[in-house]
Parts: sequence; structure tokens; C-alpha cells
Amino acid sequence: MAVKSYIEAVRDAQDLALGRDENVLIFGEDVGKNGGVFRATDGLQTKYGVDRVFNTPLAESGIGGLAIGLASQGFRPIMEIQFFGFVYETMDSIAGQMARNRFRFNGTRQMPIVVRAPYGGGTKTPEMHADNLEGLVAQNPGLRVVMPANPADAKGLLLSAIASNDPVVFLENIHLYRSLKGEVADGYYTTPLDKAAIAREGKDVSIITYGGMTPVVLNAAESLAKEGIDAEVVDLRTVSPLDIETIGKSVEKTGRVVVAQEAQRIAGISASVMAEISERFILSLRAPIGRVSAPDTVYPFAQAENDWMANADDVIAKVKEVVNYD
Amino acid sequence: MSNISNLNHQILDFATQLKAQDDNFPTLSVLNNDGQIVDEEALKRADLSNDDLVKLFSSMLLNRQLDIRSTKLAKQGRFGFFAPTAGQEASQMGTAFAFRAEDWLFPGYRDIPQVVAKGWPIYKAILWSRGHVLGNEFKTEDGQPVNSWFPQIIIGAQYVEAAGVALGLKKREQNAVAYAYTGDGGSSQGDFYEALNFAGAYHANAVFFVQNNGYAISMPRADQTAAAHLAAKGWAAGLPSIVVDGQDAIAAYLAAKEARAWAVSGKGPVLIELLTNRFEAHSTAGDDPLRYRSKEDIADWWKKDPLIRMRKYLTDQGLWSEDQEKETIAQIDARIDADIKKADQVDKQKISDYLKNTLEVPSYVMREQIKKFESEGR
Repeated sequence: MAVKSYIEAVRDAQDLALGRDENVLIFGEDVGKNGGVFRATDGLQTKYGVDRVFNTPLAESGIGGLAIGLASQGFRPIMEIQFFGFVYETMDSIAGQMARNRFRFNGTRQMPIVVRAPYGGGTKTPEMHADNLEGLVAQNPGLRVVMPANPADAKGLLLSAIASNDPVVFLENIHLYRSLKGEVADGYYTTPLDKAAIAREGKDVSIITYGGMTPVVLNAAESLAKEGIDAEVVDLRTVSPLDIETIGKSVEKTGRVVVAQEAQRIAGISASVMAEISERFILSLRAPIGRVSAPDTVYPFAQAENDWMANADDVIAKVKEVVNYD
Repeated sequence: MSNISNLNHQILDFATQLKAQDDNFPTLSVLNNDGQIVDEEALKRADLSNDDLVKLFSSMLLNRQLDIRSTKLAKQGRFGFFAPTAGQEASQMGTAFAFRAEDWLFPGYRDIPQVVAKGWPIYKAILWSRGHVLGNEFKTEDGQPVNSWFPQIIIGAQYVEAAGVALGLKKREQNAVAYAYTGDGGSSQGDFYEALNFAGAYHANAVFFVQNNGYAISMPRADQTAAAHLAAKGWAAGLPSIVVDGQDAIAAYLAAKEARAWAVSGKGPVLIELLTNRFEAHSTAGDDPLRYRSKEDIADWWKKDPLIRMRKYLTDQGLWSEDQEKETIAQIDARIDADIKKADQVDKQKISDYLKNTLEVPSYVMREQIKKFESEGR
């Protein structure tokens, strides 16, 4: 067990996957010598060769098509979209093609593809880089959308994603890449897909969150504890499909829910979570479900990010509202 | 005012450059409109035996009969979506004849005959057309795999995917290629260029076809691009790129054969523009070509019917007769009839199967839905 940053865990997983299976390929813009703009693939081309880890021309749709074609030839492609804000260029490959191909071929062909991409705000990237577009991909049947919130999960979930025969969009939070470190087990292990984690046990309120918002929520939960509010934090990990069972157990236990996301209110995953809770567990609720999100503007210019993004105080305020409802 | 150097003058001579773009793509031609060979050496290089020639023409007749029957059945509401192919038989079957079972076909929605030529049963093509999932199982009658993808609807997607397969074949050191078809409209798609560029950059085993059939639904080719030749778009990606008479099955075959040999040897992809025409509507679902083209134009193209010239050539060579044609058409029609019956007997699709096929590991909610639909027999 060693303490690793989130990005080191991502690299570790890819290194292990390349070492275990010669069908695993990594490609994207600058993933070769440069090791990716965030160094997520640093050293992997030197170790595994240009046939396994290679740069692509700068064209996201081409990268998506390449992944689909290679997957159909028995490879297990890990395609990197340099920033998830660039995903629009390859939405047909992801949503129109790879998500639908298993269905279209009547289950006779698989699409074992991982689409890796950094996302999220707080690092003052130029516009079109940071957007939270998980909702865009999560609404496509045939895709899994995985958003790890800590280094140990980043490694275990990425190894599960690579092993999956279903296409997985694997979103890595840019802000967490280097700001978050944690214990990461050595060697190969997997963390199951489609399973949420209880990131903090509590009895008074369930805060359901995912990805880059999770550390913010955990901080908020610690502050709330000091004020006598014991919050349970559910980290969704896989945001599509949702782990209804874990969500349900937590809601039934606490009877109060806040859903927190980095994305704008109109976007993201919170609406789906709230709808599922409303339909299935409403009789367990003792207060309306609260929501914390970014405002419904286009992603802001860099200097406004800190004001724009929801923070721990927003979470604390919303939790108090829900807890003090009756 | 000072004069610029000769070299700089040449660089800035835009008019001459446009002229060069016009002149640099002569059309490959072997068999002319009257069924005469215009290039004996090219015919030799095609190296088609008499038996091959008859097979190739028979496949063109199958294509035409499928077109005639499908259109009729569509009018009766017994087919499904159908994109007519009349006029494109040489372009489609001439090229397809150059590929082998191990090669991977990426068709557009009009390229059903090439998939059938690869062994996809006609009843499966009918099922595809009707929107039945079993039409997307690419297997022969006796269950052998057919190396084809479904006819692509999002035109351009098949090109980037073909580039991926082509790279895969190269990595696996397979003696095979990926070959993809799109139309003049498809050549306007961004994916078209991305595919050429990717396959070119990786020297991947790909052959790309543009069947320039004159119209992207109602958009004339001339309005599609300022490029004098669609093949020229391949030059931008560094590909050998040629223009071929798409009404000439022998030229189409020769071009495809040479391109396959080039691509399979690891030299990289080739782009082939086939000059052809769609004689009929874009699809049987309501398109009226007379809204955007004249009767005269259509009639002129019918005179360049690829079947006429091939039939004449074969007949002149003593390889074909009217009786043979009647018999072949009767056999094809009987085959289509049998396949329609077979398609009619296929079980209804089940929503629960759809749910099972969407992901290998269904989600909690999908499992609930499977249970519900199964309990309802749906």
C-alpha cells in the first residue's frame, strides 16, 4: 500500500492493464512521448512501445472511430479525449455508435472500449475544457459513466472498466488529479462498476454526490458533525447506471436527502437520482430532497470559477435546510 | 511597382492552380458505353477469366433485380426502408468483386448488394430493411461469419470505423483490408476526412470508395463542394486517389483490385471516386427526384446503364445470351421470393431481448425492466 495521487493511480491502472493483456491499447492526442497533457500515460509508451501506446492525429471523431474499429478486431482500446469539453466532436462515435453497437448486432459483437477524459472546474482552464458533461453521456443507453472520487477508486474502477466488455466513459476530475492523495493498494485489483460507496456513514441525512464534488461534501460533512448533524455521504462512483440499492438503503436509513453535484442544475446526474428516490422511496422521506449544483449558465470564464462553483458552505446550508424542515 | 520573382509569381498564380486541380484526375476506363474495350492492356491487368466476367455480370443482375423487386414490394408495404441502387451496379459489384471473405466491409445504407455478395442472406437484408434486429447478425445461411458491418446510417461513421479496423488488421499482420463506401454527400462529412487522415497517417490497410452518384438526396454534387474531383480530397490526406468510370464494372474491379493489393502490402490506404448515378429516388420513403432533376437528365443516364455495356461486351464475346439472362433473372426472382417467405416467418422481436443486448451486464433498473417485459411476454 502506498500513498498516491489520483493521477498516479490512473497511470498505475493503465500500466497494469497494458502489462496483463497485450490487446489493451492506449491512444489519443499527446499520450505518447508527452505522456498526456496531465501525464496520465507518462512513461507507458517507453515501456510498452509505440504499437501499444500511440499518438493520434488531432481529431476526436477519428479517435472514437478508431476505438470502435480496433475493439471489433479483439483489441481493448483505452481512448483518451484530452479534455471532456471536446467530446462534442466525437459524440456520434460514443453515443451514436459504440453505445448502440452491442444492441444493433443482437449481442453478437462487443465494444470493450474505455473513453478516458479529464473534466471539471476549479483549475482555471480555458473555456470548453472544464465542462461537466456527464449528463450528456449518462442519458445514452449502452454506456457506463464512471467518475471516481479518490485515488483508490480511480485505480480499481479503471481496471474494472478496462475489463468490461461494455463501453465505459471514465471521467477523471482535473482538480483532484494532483490535489488529492490517498492509500492505493499495490498490484492488480478491481473495484466493481455500478456500485456506489458509503464514503462516510451517518444517520441524520444522506448526501448523495459523485466525482469532484465528493471531497467537498466530505469536508462539509465534517463541519456539520461539529454542529451535531451526522451526515452519510454516498459516492455514486458509477453515475450511469445508478446503484439504486445503495441509494435506497441510505435514504431509508436517514429519511433526508441532499444531492450535490459540480454540474449545473440543468445538467449532471442529480435529476435522475432525485427522480429515482421520488418514485421508489418517497415514503421514507421526511423532507423534500435538497439539491446543490452550479447555476444554469454556460460554464464560466476562468476568473469567475471560484464564485460560480458550489462549495462546502452551499452543501452545509442546504443540509441544514433539509434537516430543519420539520 | 516592382515585379515579384518568377517563383513567387508561380506560387501566387491561383488560376493556374485551379486548372491543375481540374486536370490532375483523369478517369480510369476499360469498357465504354457501347460495350467496347478501350484499353486492352487494362483488361489484361484486370485478369478476369470468362467465368469471372459471367459471375460479375450475374451479381450485377442480382443487384438490379433486388432493386426492382424491393421497390415494388416497398410500394406494397411489404419491404421496409429501401435505397434504390439502379445505375450503381458496376460501381457496387465491380468493386465488391475484388475483395475476399477475410476483408471487412463497411457499407452505407445504399450498399446492401455488396453485403449480399459477401454471403449475407437476402432474407437478412430484408429483415434489416424492415427494422428487425436479426438482420444485423452478419452470418451466412450456414452460420459462417460475414465480415461486414451493418449498413451505416450516419454517413461518415463507417469511414472512421473502417480506419480503426484497417489499423487493427495491420497490427495483427492480417492479409486483409477494410473497405468502406460512402457517396458524394458523405464526402462532405468531417468524419470522411478524419478517416482518410487517420488511415493515411497509420498506413493502415484500407480502401475507401466514394460513389459519386450525382445527388445527396436533392443536393447536386456540384453544390456539394468546390473541389473539381472528390478524389482530390484524398490528396489532402496523402492518399493515392483516383477517379474511375463507375458505370464500367471492369474499371471498377481493376481499381479496387489494385487498391486492395496496395493497401494489403502495408503501403497505406487508397481513395477511389466512382463516377456513377442514382437513376431513381434517394429512397422509397417519399423522395421524388423530379423535384430536383429533370426527366431528360435521368433518361440520359439510363443510356449509360452499366448493365447495357457489360451485357453487350459479354454477348460479343460469346459469353452471354438472352436465354441465359432470362434464366438467371428467373433464378434470382425465385431466390428473392423464397427469402421474403423466410423473412415473413421470423419471430417478432422482444423488448426483453433488446434490454439484454444493450449491455453485457444490465443495470438494476434494466433488470427490473427485463422482468416486467418478460412477464408480459414482450
